[in-house]
Amino acid sequence: MSEFLWVIIESTIKAVIILTLIMLVYGALGVYLERKISAWIQNRIGPNRVGPFGLLQPFADVLKLFLKEDLVPTAANPTFHRLAPIITLGVAVAVYAVIPFGDYVTIAGRNIQLGLAPNANIAILFVLAMTSVGVYGITLGGWSSNNKYSLLGALRSTAQMISYELSMGLALVGVLMVAGTLSINQIVIQQSNYHWNIIYQPLGFILFLVAAFAETNRAPFDLPEAEPELVGGYNTEYSGMKFGMFFLAEYANMGTSSAIMVLLYFGGWQTLVPGGWFGFEPGSIGLALLQFVSFFIKIEIMVLFFIWVRWSVPRFRYDQLMNLGWKVLLPLAIANVAGTGIVSLLLK
Amino acid sequence: MTLEYIPLVFMLVFGFGIATVFMYLSEILGAKRSTKEKNTTYESGMTPFKTARDRFSVKFYLVAMLFLVFDIEIVFMYPWAVQFKQLGSTGFIAMMLFIVLLLSGYIYVIKKGALKWD
Amino acid sequence: MDLVGLAFYFLAALIVISAAIVVFSKNIMYSAFSLMFTFFGVAGLYVLLNADFLAVTQIMVYIGGILVLIIFGVMLTTRITGVDVKSNSLGKIQVGIAGLLSTIIAISLIVVFSSTKWFLSEPKVSGDSTKLIGNELLTNYLLAFEAASVLLLIAIIGAAFIARRK
Repeated sequence: MSEFLWVIIESTIKAVIILTLIMLVYGALGVYLERKISAWIQNRIGPNRVGPFGLLQPFADVLKLFLKEDLVPTAANPTFHRLAPIITLGVAVAVYAVIPFGDYVTIAGRNIQLGLAPNANIAILFVLAMTSVGVYGITLGGWSSNNKYSLLGALRSTAQMISYELSMGLALVGVLMVAGTLSINQIVIQQSNYHWNIIYQPLGFILFLVAAFAETNRAPFDLPEAEPELVGGYNTEYSGMKFGMFFLAEYANMGTSSAIMVLLYFGGWQTLVPGGWFGFEPGSIGLALLQFVSFFIKIEIMVLFFIWVRWSVPRFRYDQLMNLGWKVLLPLAIANVAGTGIVSLLLK
Repeated sequence: MTLEYIPLVFMLVFGFGIATVFMYLSEILGAKRSTKEKNTTYESGMTPFKTARDRFSVKFYLVAMLFLVFDIEIVFMYPWAVQFKQLGSTGFIAMMLFIVLLLSGYIYVIKKGALKWD
Repeated sequence: MDLVGLAFYFLAALIVISAAIVVFSKNIMYSAFSLMFTFFGVAGLYVLLNADFLAVTQIMVYIGGILVLIIFGVMLTTRITGVDVKSNSLGKIQVGIAGLLSTIIAISLIVVFSSTKWFLSEPKVSGDSTKLIGNELLTNYLLAFEAASVLLLIAIIGAAFIARRK
């Protein structure tokens, strides 16, 4: 029973730290970067009033969202209308249970993993499973609003997400064939000495990347909220922090996708410079910090790429989107699996 | 073994708990000046007519059906993928047979025009 | 009671209650959504049985696939007049017959359950269940595995045929 208590205490501390990270790094920093970079790209200045360089702008945004009037249309179904943002944000947070932020640190003779459950056997499938649950937040949000734009946005979004989930799942099969395990931490450990999986799975990575854009509903796949035709899409009838929760979840999901791609293809928390340069021992706090910083830098590069694409590439038409998912990505993903199999069998 | 999954369940509860707190905070803290007009459904300034929950194109349903079949196929591929190196060429050929069978179905769907969005 | 036992009864209660809502709810959308918790509960039971791969599969296929299909189906069949589909359209006679049948099935299940001599054994498999499933599927159960692909092929053709019949 004491072991159980220890797990609970450890999980609580880690969960609080991870949640703070999500809010600060992915929520606040993500929103700030998005606004600032979009401003640069469009030759504007961007937020610069709240705090130095407008750095505190996201916090002002959140405060404002909390104080805004929370409207629920009379025609809406109130239960599902409230449930939808909870599902969306809850799932976005829960995924972080399986993401390792570093290897481990030894404190008082105990190896503490830098992550809640990074060694879970099915970790990577847990992420996919949670993604498929996340669809419900959007579907219910759109359906419960009883608004035509919302329903159309939700329908589009659901069809889009399930279509691209297939390519994502198949791209993942390629990584699993190389790695031979479903545990994220094991996949990362195998990529030590810069043997990153991107070398073995370049096509798989591109497929995963495109699918990740579609899964997070980011431009050029942001059809569910295509403003000119659907106003706000599934979140048209949401206001106050309920809207903010959809918004926050979008950025958390962008962070998650970046983190997953870094973990699967770019060595995850494997350090950018060898830890030996600084004389760090495995398990020391210094090495853990270096791993965390490396992981963070890799993620931020991915996030910057997401933002850059959003403000540079025009939106797809819906038929183009479905054709890309079903007629281009899916066959390519199957070819990737077959190709990976043939090549690794021939090389053996 | 089961102990490994406690943090997973914990994070699920934690995530949904935080989201619930956010939801209630928003309802408590937000201004309350609702009027009848404000609470009508948004329809670009028009008075909303009929319900939004109308019927929609059957193609979405078809996409969901096809997704289901391919999803099951992919789920079958995971156990093979993690054992790929141990199972070797025999396993690979068996899996290719599995994939080719499903690919023929996929080609039928394409030829039938079921995935044509017009 | 140990932790696993406690978790089991919690999950069992979740499954039974949410399944009851599926059956008794008047609003078919509530029924469909409640089914999600039933599926979650079953996934939890798989975890307790050390079958983590099955648990994730349960979530991916049932919640991520079948339930989406059901919800799409509900949305598709909403009448044009805008009245939500209700699930209370059964007559008294049908309810009576269905009730009788389910009672008979329930009683026989309880009888079978209580009269069978169950063997309680420790779980034989340990470690990565995914790898074990992969090994078994592609060696001992290869025929069943390929048969499954034929079944899926029939499902694909059927789906395309029904949806595109002109």
